Amino acid sequence: MPQYTLTINNQEHQVDVAADTPILWVLRDHLKLVGTKYGCGIGQCGACTIHVNGSAVRSCSLPVSAVAGGSMQLTTIEGLSENADHPVQQAWLEVDVPQCGYCQAGQIMSAAALLKSNPNPNEDEIKTAMSGNLCRCGTYTRINKAIALAAQKQ
Amino acid sequence: MAFIKTKYNRRSFLKVSAAGGAGLMLQFSWLRGMAQDTNPAEEAFDLNAYIRVNTDGTVTIFSPNPEIGQNVKTSMPLIVAEELDVAWDQVHVEQAPLNTDKYQGQIAGGSQSIRRSWDGLRMAGASARHLFLAAAAKKWDIPIEDLITEDGQVKHLPTNQFVAYPDLIQDAVMIPVPEEVKLKDPADFKLIGTAVKNVDGMGIATGKPLFGLDYMRDDALIAMPIHPPAFGQKLKSFDATAAKAMPGIHDVFTINTTLEKPQWSDVNAFNELVVVVGDSTWQVMQAKKAVEVSWETVEELEDTATHQEKMEQVFSSGNGEVKRKDGDPDDAFAKADKIVEASYYGSFLAHNTMEPMNFFADVQADKAELVGPIQTPESLRKSASALLNIPEENITVDMTRMGGGFGRRLYGNFGLEAAAISQKIGKPVKLVYSREDDMTQGTYRPSYMLKYRAALDADKNLIGFEVRGSGIPESPIFENRYPAGTVSNYKAENFGVETAISTGAWRAPRSNFTAGAEQSFLDEVAEAAGKDPIDFRLELFDKAISNPVGERNDYDPERYAGVLKLVKEKSNWGAELDGVYRGVSAYYCHNSYVAQVIDLVKDEDGNPVIKKVWAAVDCGIVVNKEGALNQIEGGIVDGLGHALYSQLTFEKGKAMQQNFNRYRLIKNNEAPAEIEVFFVENGIAPTGLGEPGLPPVAGAFANAMYKATGKRYYRQPYMILDQQEKVLG
Repeated sequence: MPQYTLTINNQEHQVDVAADTPILWVLRDHLKLVGTKYGCGIGQCGACTIHVNGSAVRSCSLPVSAVAGGSMQLTTIEGLSENADHPVQQAWLEVDVPQCGYCQAGQIMSAAALLKSNPNPNEDEIKTAMSGNLCRCGTYTRINKAIALAAQKQ
Repeated sequence: MAFIKTKYNRRSFLKVSAAGGAGLMLQFSWLRGMAQDTNPAEEAFDLNAYIRVNTDGTVTIFSPNPEIGQNVKTSMPLIVAEELDVAWDQVHVEQAPLNTDKYQGQIAGGSQSIRRSWDGLRMAGASARHLFLAAAAKKWDIPIEDLITEDGQVKHLPTNQFVAYPDLIQDAVMIPVPEEVKLKDPADFKLIGTAVKNVDGMGIATGKPLFGLDYMRDDALIAMPIHPPAFGQKLKSFDATAAKAMPGIHDVFTINTTLEKPQWSDVNAFNELVVVVGDSTWQVMQAKKAVEVSWETVEELEDTATHQEKMEQVFSSGNGEVKRKDGDPDDAFAKADKIVEASYYGSFLAHNTMEPMNFFADVQADKAELVGPIQTPESLRKSASALLNIPEENITVDMTRMGGGFGRRLYGNFGLEAAAISQKIGKPVKLVYSREDDMTQGTYRPSYMLKYRAALDADKNLIGFEVRGSGIPESPIFENRYPAGTVSNYKAENFGVETAISTGAWRAPRSNFTAGAEQSFLDEVAEAAGKDPIDFRLELFDKAISNPVGERNDYDPERYAGVLKLVKEKSNWGAELDGVYRGVSAYYCHNSYVAQVIDLVKDEDGNPVIKKVWAAVDCGIVVNKEGALNQIEGGIVDGLGHALYSQLTFEKGKAMQQNFNRYRLIKNNEAPAEIEVFFVENGIAPTGLGEPGLPPVAGAFANAMYKATGKRYYRQPYMILDQQEKVLG
């Protein structure tokens, strides 16, 4: 199997996996970074959202071969901040967003990418940006409240 | 102030043991658990709380029940902490494992965790508090009555003496558990009723491995199942030559989890599976595609269209089971001045927990270790014991946090499958379902049909009411719920239709459909009677209060009417607002009462937009305000989502929705922008909130849509029929 070099959370990792292996499974099975969640495998639920060079992507649909090499900086929920001090994480704690919590890492990663590209999103912009992240528990109103709060905290 | 008898006996002494050098473990033993609907003052208890007093002054409280997002991991320890009288920031919470010697009713289901454990958890805290008080009284030679507790300390205010609980532990363990303990007056609660944040909030926000799918060991292999593609089929043969040759694949074989005496929690359409075992999930996923499997059809392959015909036909079969009859309904309908009738339909629904089914198993010759997300750990252990032929006492079940349950994880077939695989390969294994495996293997919310008729006399009084239900396979009616008890002539009748598709409890079973249908129908009846929909319902409650019909009515009409009155007041119901279309609904289930009002507006294109949902809730004492609000808000969004968008349909026994590209869950931009929740304050012992917030919202939405569009909505999901319609939040 080919060997790939990945930069994840500012650390280099070498993995021996098939070229078509989605980054999601490289993270979860090979690197034990299980904060990134498997939900659907087809890019429809957003549970596996990570950042590639600061943009939100669905790691379940992103083969390892596409993100290997030095120019691709991958960030997962584990690397979003040093001490849970990213404004989005802080807002998530303050608003007490989660119920089961399974989708929330993906929600947080999508929210963080949104605020990076649009530091002061209005309600509609938040809803549109977050409409690709499903939550079966129905915590959307809290998610949106937390994003608005995080925008203020930045 | 309440006193609760502990049913002291000599077994009830505190047991003390070193807890890994970190402190001392207090274990309370009582005889038996709270039975349902009995007088707590006369009850004995067997709920065993586990309190660890740490040498650093903190207290570890073990949460006994499975956590599926209903937030009991926060609220159950909060109740213990209240009576123990420790500050919440001194408390560390840990999930208890399955332990039937120490805990009773370790199950997440029916919104019962708080209701069933309320007295037991309070007693666990209060008994421990008493021991510290008694220990200090002895130590200082001061009457116990002169001492108080506060924030984990015993205090004697006149002499300004203070001692922290950990410093009393050696004395406290020598004191017998009292025959009765004094519980706090709810007016003195410091923690209960406040807003406390989720104890796993930090772990969730930072991606810690909390969930079943995150649990793994270095020596474990990954397994994935292949089940028949259609209900009504079973395995005939398979050829795994190609799959076995693929990288990382260890083996491909069949397992059979059929039990001689299955429990209710063993519901499972496909007991015989092909299993692929390998090093990593992606490798196993690829190998699954390379296994060539032949299936044989052993039962009828069902279609959604046929299901609907069968449900319609069964009503005229004469095979109904009359569940309740008051007065003479036939006579009332014969005499009626006006008859209102309507028929409601709901599709199958998948649970679709965001975390697909999975389980870890390490089965050895004479013992087994099971770890994972399960709502019924005790049932799983029992079934695993039978399947593996290993005694129950040699099987451990540890509960991980669950990425949703909604009823799906009551049925522990995935745990059995993991156990069977581990036994077969002689190694630890992690069983993982793909989303497609998860969505197509059954235990769905049944498909339902309800037919209502109401008879009005010339003065527009409701003189007769009839509900007939059918479903695949069960009817969704609750014959003793409102409006039973408010109408002199009443009939409720059940019809069932057999199926090869497996079904099970889905968040607020049966209520999740019945509430929407019933509350939509009552809106039509109120309109026919020329009455405001809230006034119409309240008049019926007045009758149930002053002169109830029948003796089996299973609701309290005053509390029911109470939430309607509260939502009426808070939403300023009756004020006609330009461009705002309102609908109301109220429902009682799982021992809690919820009334909701929905405000719709229209966007510039004329599409309805859910502007706001108002909810009034009576669940007795609110244990954790933050968690309670979250449950109601989530129930509303989840209820709207499934009523508007979700459905599982079948062609030739095969589920036509297999992943989220075709199965619709509500999205962020479709959820209401604002939800405002009000709780009735009444000091009654608390009931659950995981389910009751969900059922009524379908009715409130349909009734608001009628105001907005002039159309009645009879078929769920409401928004699939006409793709032109869009509803935004």
